[in-house]
Amino acid sequence: MLRFTLRRVLQIIPTVVVVALLIFVIFSVVPGTFAASLFADGRRAADPQMIARLNEEFGLNKPLMERFVTYVTDLAQFDLGTSFRTRQPVIDLINDRMWASLQLAIAAMVFALVISVPLGFVAALRPGSVLDTVTMIGAVSGLSMPQFWLGLLMMYLFALQLNWLPSFGYGDGSFRNLILPAVTLGVTPLALLARTTRAGVLDVLNADFIRTAHSKGMSEAKVVRWHVARNALVLIVTTVGLQFGSLIGQAVVIEKLFAWPGIGSLLVDSVASRDIPVVQGTILVIVLWFLVINTAVDLIYAAIDPRIKQE
Amino acid sequence: MTAPLLDISELHLGVAVGRSVNRPLLKGVSFQIMPGEAYGLVGESGSGKSVTTLAVMGLLKKPLAVSGGEILFKGQNLLELPKREMRRLRGNRIAMIFQEPMTALNPLSTIGRQIAEMFVLHQGKSWDEAQKLAVEALASVRVPNPDRRARNYPHQMSGGLRQRVMIAMALACNPDLLIADEPTTALDVTVQAEVLRLIKELCAERGTAVLFISHDLGVIASICQRVGVMYAGCLVEENETSALFATPRHEYTRGLLGALPRFGSRSLHGRKRLVDIDSIIADRSKLTETRFIASRSAEEGGQP
Ligand SMILES: Nc1ncnc2c1ncn2[C@@H]1O[C@H](COP(=O)(O)OP(=O)(O)OP(=O)(O)O)[C@@H](O)[C@H]1O
Ligand SMILES: [Mg+2]
Repeated sequence: MLRFTLRRVLQIIPTVVVVALLIFVIFSVVPGTFAASLFADGRRAADPQMIARLNEEFGLNKPLMERFVTYVTDLAQFDLGTSFRTRQPVIDLINDRMWASLQLAIAAMVFALVISVPLGFVAALRPGSVLDTVTMIGAVSGLSMPQFWLGLLMMYLFALQLNWLPSFGYGDGSFRNLILPAVTLGVTPLALLARTTRAGVLDVLNADFIRTAHSKGMSEAKVVRWHVARNALVLIVTTVGLQFGSLIGQAVVIEKLFAWPGIGSLLVDSVASRDIPVVQGTILVIVLWFLVINTAVDLIYAAIDPRIKQE
Repeated sequence: MTAPLLDISELHLGVAVGRSVNRPLLKGVSFQIMPGEAYGLVGESGSGKSVTTLAVMGLLKKPLAVSGGEILFKGQNLLELPKREMRRLRGNRIAMIFQEPMTALNPLSTIGRQIAEMFVLHQGKSWDEAQKLAVEALASVRVPNPDRRARNYPHQMSGGLRQRVMIAMALACNPDLLIADEPTTALDVTVQAEVLRLIKELCAERGTAVLFISHDLGVIASICQRVGVMYAGCLVEENETSALFATPRHEYTRGLLGALPRFGSRSLHGRKRLVDIDSIIADRSKLTETRFIASRSAEEGGQP
């Protein structure tokens, strides 16, 4: 297990390197220069003097190869460059936002898991029951509801009408500020997880070894605890992993709506303002986030399923 | 005469469509199994052998449901037994081995643990004790290195070994009746012979009665004292194994035996050529009208 873990963790490194190179290449082949696009407002040409100054400051007029070497050596020292706009190190900008993003994603996922998995289990164990029907209708509604609209609704109800929770902002990072955005963000994974859990459990229930378990004279509760749960977990973990990864992207809307200072809104803002170093850095961090989650999922698989460590 | 261990009488079973409409799958099946006896059930695919065993185990799943008859086990009607009581019998007094050893075991659980569950469920043992008993159970089905094997997962074992594990599991609590639904069909011939010998010897040793289902008449002949032949949800012929093989009376049985390759014997219907069942059976729809059930007292030599 230790060797497997080590191997999977080390596998992250080459992937990150390749992604970093790709990001560099993509932003280098974009037509026009960064500096020109930074000052262009569409109406008149940018001031050539300002372009020249910026190019000088950020070394943008150096040959591509040289810039590449700088990029790579900086990256190796965890230096993601300096923001065109604020002149702050990109790593600091991301650092400030990362914690808020993680908080939001984890809270949303915990909220989704705590509700969806038990619901999915019960629905699968009693297919066709009222609870099953209600859960599945709820899941479809949850999936089809636009997040920003749901967010607005919750904001209106819990913040403006009932005055229970702050309507937006990070505040001092308190739990109360987290609730509304996390719940809004958690609805999609909740709906998806409820459905996958149900499907996964139903699938396991039809397996031959469940018939064997029943033939041993086990109560249904024991069949579920001893044989269904672990097997159903495989599918649940996959879904959680996929959802967790994409939460950062989905969070952009929620971050904007609730003025939550996360990575997603940093990315959108820096794209809008053509702050390329920040865009590059943020993308890299998001990719890293995906990789870490993927690795975690693989490790959990290996812990659940003895067949995986084999190869 | 001793009382039968299992006494199935007039078992009717069908697919419940909607509320009352029923497509019959078993149309009044009756047979008895004596304590320690090995009883074989043969018949073509879809004739209802498996659903009969599932009815005995109380494992019928919707939409299948028993619509009439009795299944007496040691005089108790299993069909009327409360769920909890039935669970106490299942696995403990009546155990079952299934056809597919590849999928019949939980892939995420060690086989030691899966056998140990039997002792925890039915004998109130602690997990530690049960684990030790599981190793003994593995040894009793002649699995080499039972200690190490108990810690294996199903995917680390061959089909033959897994079927041994299933046998160890089924016989763990010394049941009175072992139901084996085509336990060797998925295995290759050499492994098949080993597994069969194992079932035969262990059950004879412990006095366990066996309900053995197979397509393979050769297998049935080597294990069972009595055979029942099923056709389209009916038991059409039943006799002592040797008598049935010597003088098959029902048209379908004759067809079945004619289709069986036998070394050095001339079949009734064609010179050393295998016979197609359909060439013997004139009209399939009439097959279930005649039944040949040899009475037990007759074959026991008339002793009451
Ligand atoms: N869940 C079900 N719903 C409807 N019909 C079923 C169901 N299960 C079994 N049947 C039908 O019951 C009949 C008997 O099936 P069964 O599995 O007992 O046959 P079998 O004699 O065991 O055949 P095989 O030798 O192939 O195992 C078949 O016609 C089958 O189509
Ligand atoms: Mg069958």
